[in-house]
Amino acid sequence: MLRLPRALYLQMVAYCITGLPEEACGVLAGDPVSGTVDRLYPTRNEAASARVYTVDSRDLLQADRDAERNGTQLIGVFHSHTHTDAYPSPTDVDQAPDLSWHYVVVSLRDSHPVVRSYRIGGGLVEEESVVVLGQAAVAVAV
Amino acid sequence: MAAAVDVRLPTVLRSQAGGQSIVTVKASTIGDVLRELVSEFPGMSGQLLNDDGSLHRFVNVYVNDDDVRYLEALETPVREGDEVSLLPAVAGG
Repeated sequence: MLRLPRALYLQMVAYCITGLPEEACGVLAGDPVSGTVDRLYPTRNEAASARVYTVDSRDLLQADRDAERNGTQLIGVFHSHTHTDAYPSPTDVDQAPDLSWHYVVVSLRDSHPVVRSYRIGGGLVEEESVVVLGQAAVAVAV
Repeated sequence: MAAAVDVRLPTVLRSQAGGQSIVTVKASTIGDVLRELVSEFPGMSGQLLNDDGSLHRFVNVYVNDDDVRYLEALETPVREGDEVSLLPAVAGG
């Protein structure tokens, strides 16, 4: 289960909309046990594409270091699908690096954004629930 | 001349290194660093380097704040006190 504070959920969706027409992406830090996100790091899409994304390598390093400085760790990634469903593409499945990560897809295909989260490993995709929490949280600009 | 360099490992590679998050290797270049790691922890081989010895595209390697792909890749020199960081590349479609 992925638990996202409301402010971070809204920031993530807004960042994806701002990134149109390209795919937007970023990483999530939090508690790997409960799946609760406490920091969101919007990153540049190094691929600058409407079809694929690569989290900018320098943004990724800064996010990883900031998370560690704040006693937390990276536990997942989000990216947008500009014209397709909120389901991992074959490319997402092939390139998922970490069995323990949460892979969040924000679909902007329809008039309302659709947010879904998955665990991906060994070519298998398992959807998990996304819970939006009411409390305040910290938003971080990289 | 080889220098002692600390290498920060990402969570996914720590199990291959007995749970360590930082390991120290003797190396002159990034290529040396990665070959030393593979030699010491063979489980990392397929994740760091390709069969032809080139850098695997799903790993990001940094010297201090810089991605080595924007430097001299595997030929990037390392000096005493440099910190090398490895992170899985995060990409998809």
